[in-house]
Amino acid sequence: MRLFAIGMVMLGIAGLFAYVAGWVTPNVLTPGRIVDRFEQVNGPHPGFRRNHAKGVCVSGWFDSNGQGTALSKAVVFLPGRVPVIGRFALAVGQPYASDAAHTVRSMALLFKLADGEEWRTGMNNIPVFAVNSAQGFYDLLLASAPDPETGKSDPAKMNAFLAKHPESAKAFQLIRNSIAASGFADSSYNSLDAFRFINAQGHVFPVRWSMVPVQPPQPSRPAMAPESGTNQLFDALISAIHSHALQWHLIVTVGQPGDPTTDATLPWPANREQVDVGTLTIDQVESEDVSTARDINFDPLVLPNGIAGSDDPLLSARSAAYAKSFTRREGEPKSPSAVSTAETKQ
Amino acid sequence: MLLAMLFIGVAMVASLSNYHRLVAIHRPLGIMILILAGIRLVNRMFTTLPPFPPTMSQRERVLASASERMLYTLMFALPLVGWGMLSAGHYPIVMFGPVHLPPVLPANPTLYAVLRKTHTILAYLLFGTFLAHLGTVLFHTLIVRDRLLNRMALWPIGSRKVKVENAAGPSPKRSAA
Repeated sequence: MRLFAIGMVMLGIAGLFAYVAGWVTPNVLTPGRIVDRFEQVNGPHPGFRRNHAKGVCVSGWFDSNGQGTALSKAVVFLPGRVPVIGRFALAVGQPYASDAAHTVRSMALLFKLADGEEWRTGMNNIPVFAVNSAQGFYDLLLASAPDPETGKSDPAKMNAFLAKHPESAKAFQLIRNSIAASGFADSSYNSLDAFRFINAQGHVFPVRWSMVPVQPPQPSRPAMAPESGTNQLFDALISAIHSHALQWHLIVTVGQPGDPTTDATLPWPANREQVDVGTLTIDQVESEDVSTARDINFDPLVLPNGIAGSDDPLLSARSAAYAKSFTRREGEPKSPSAVSTAETKQ
Repeated sequence: MLLAMLFIGVAMVASLSNYHRLVAIHRPLGIMILILAGIRLVNRMFTTLPPFPPTMSQRERVLASASERMLYTLMFALPLVGWGMLSAGHYPIVMFGPVHLPPVLPANPTLYAVLRKTHTILAYLLFGTFLAHLGTVLFHTLIVRDRLLNRMALWPIGSRKVKVENAAGPSPKRSAA
């Protein structure tokens, strides 16, 4: 009887362990299952990011003008200069995909603060995010996956997805109605998820932020067809940085009570206070093959004291899935990036 | 604390909604365990252990000492591997607020991948060793009834003075409930 009780105690502890590890609940969405789905729809691409797989690495600095200190005590907002490394990418799972004008463009940055803290952020050139939950993202990946035979996605699957996720249907409408800039250099990049800024007095502000380009909009290139070159967006970015440094203003939008912080598919009203807190300058560009930025996980929740995540469920999910993708790719052999800076060097 | 840490660790890698919250606890808790393990080891070096109960055979004593050494090794190895793994993965090692630890290893993808795997394997090993330890102690305390638990406790457990020779073997009068 006692022996039985001991056995039950041990089994109970082991069982609980297996349960919290997710081993007995194969239908619950985990970071591993999200990354599995990327691999399922894009095929195996060892060594590459599972999403935003095609990219190029950059570096430069951020000049803070001090305006941000009213909103956040993060040392990055004290007046002065902070070194930055980053990466521009296309939101594709296939690292050798051809550049396409409609593909979502991203800017990922790592600010190296003077006290050793870091601020990492990944931003996209769309006004709102397409989904508001990890489950929505998981479903969208499958719904938009190209058929292996035709190479095109199935409209029926997409319609079923939109019927199940009306928030995504509205978000796609907003994304379609926004005017996409012609290239990486003249795009605005948005945090999409909401965050919290905490200032020295302890006041908490709901915020979203954007990198707004200083360089004027460029006309779209007429031939944005695959035959006109597979890397034309990246090549244009590389030659632009080689000819002169590119700049963006970091604009912080301050939310009001009632503005949605848990749903990245919903825009905030256009009249919200916007604070220009400083200027990002990008003057160096390097291929992923030689840059340290290749082996950096741009986890949106690596934040300095004074910036915190909001209650948006996507933030923790992104953090978890990025970590999983990072762990897998770091253990895999590396292949050369599709984007090389050498070809376009003048 | 160790058990809580193992559960937090295994839960966080499977969780989407609580991942960040759990990681934020996991990091400083790991460092705290490293410090406590250090204090424990110093304490262990300056105290003599109570004798093994006579119910334990020579082989059981060797096994018990080996499992103790294993537990100590893992208590140090797990937080150190975790710290090294974050360093190799180019992560800042955030404790709380602006407080963070310096990297202890250079950033390197292969090193990160190896240490990340090692961290998991050692954690399972620690969980296994803990379960074996717990099972053995329960077996001795409830079945052999040799008051083995008194070796671990800070004070004698139970009010009755029972001679270990008399306590061997299960008592038919008491249920296991």
